[in-house]
Amino acid sequence: MLKEFFKGIWKENPVLRQLLGMCPTLAVTTSSVNGIAMGLATTFVVVSSGIIVSLFRNVIPSQVRIPVFTVIIATFVTLVDLILKAYFPDISRALGPYVPLIVVNCIILGRQEAFTSKNPVLLSVCDTLGMGLGFTLLLVVLGSIREILGSGSVFGMHIMPAFFRPLVIMVLPAGAFITLGLIAAMYNLVNQKADRT
Amino acid sequence: MRELVTIFISAVLVNNFVLYYFLGICPFLGVSSRLDSALGIGMATTFVMTMTALVTWPLNYYVLSADTGMGLPFLEYVIFIIVIASLVQFVEMFLRRFFHNLYRALGIYLPLITTNCAILGMALFMVLREYGYIETVVFGFSAGAGFTMVIVIMAGIREDIKYAPVPEIFKGAPITLITAGLLALAFMGFSGIIAP
Repeated sequence: MLKEFFKGIWKENPVLRQLLGMCPTLAVTTSSVNGIAMGLATTFVVVSSGIIVSLFRNVIPSQVRIPVFTVIIATFVTLVDLILKAYFPDISRALGPYVPLIVVNCIILGRQEAFTSKNPVLLSVCDTLGMGLGFTLLLVVLGSIREILGSGSVFGMHIMPAFFRPLVIMVLPAGAFITLGLIAAMYNLVNQKADRT
Repeated sequence: MRELVTIFISAVLVNNFVLYYFLGICPFLGVSSRLDSALGIGMATTFVMTMTALVTWPLNYYVLSADTGMGLPFLEYVIFIIVIASLVQFVEMFLRRFFHNLYRALGIYLPLITTNCAILGMALFMVLREYGYIETVVFGFSAGAGFTMVIVIMAGIREDIKYAPVPEIFKGAPITLITAGLLALAFMGFSGIIAP
């Protein structure tokens, strides 16, 4: 069970290894707070829809499974959206249309298809929780790098010395692509080193 | 007319769906290794996107909207995703029945389009920006055209990268992402075209 949990965080990290969920990863990570909010919202949706799919895995006919999964996911996303709007209006405004777009985040549909529709509830929770947290971790790292270099702060606190001039490029789309590209290269480097030893 | 041209130029060049809003990144990275398949998915996406614009606008205006419809805005996401999924299915069946050549060219890309976030993104922007019917259809078409243009450019670059000596750890995803970053940088040059 622990294995199912930890594989999502490093070995099969949804973004770095499987290249899923790219749109929110790149779009919302202009700051670490946005990254953590999007990560946790996605984790909530993937875990709760995983529980439902796993519970009903023997009832859902396989021909219509994709539409069924999608409707289940869309329901939970609506829930998250309404909760964010009611209790965290600032975050809701910062994430904008990317909250509803969690519906089409391929990580979520991918986990239902690959794991929860074939496994019992407890294992499904471990798997989806691992994937969700692996995703969150990457968003926080990417968000922090972009926030430190792009606006000289992290989690909204100013940390860079006074002579530091923010690199505006880091908060623009180009910076997102390039930073993620470099993180993916680092990930390959670490895995390569680990394989050799 | 002026507004429609502005919407077109904005969606294709300035606020390109892929390079500015990060919508449709999955096919952009996944299906862009060959030029002909990139063109195929681009055309299929443009087609479905225009159709989605045609269908979701009246649905939103007369059924979902709180002001003009029956006040069911919380059903927006569920309804939109069902519309898109069934539209994709319908287009697939229609093409298979009546346009066999086109089906053979686009067929394998159609199922992938349901999970292309650019389509749902387009429908959400339509609600957010309160576009009219004709504006929405033009917006849908131009967003698709912009997607096609960028994915074709990307495929052209990647066909060349295959013959370049890329360092081992940069092979695959990293070099593709960095290429996309440089492309986004180039497209920033268009940002002055439309006065804010």
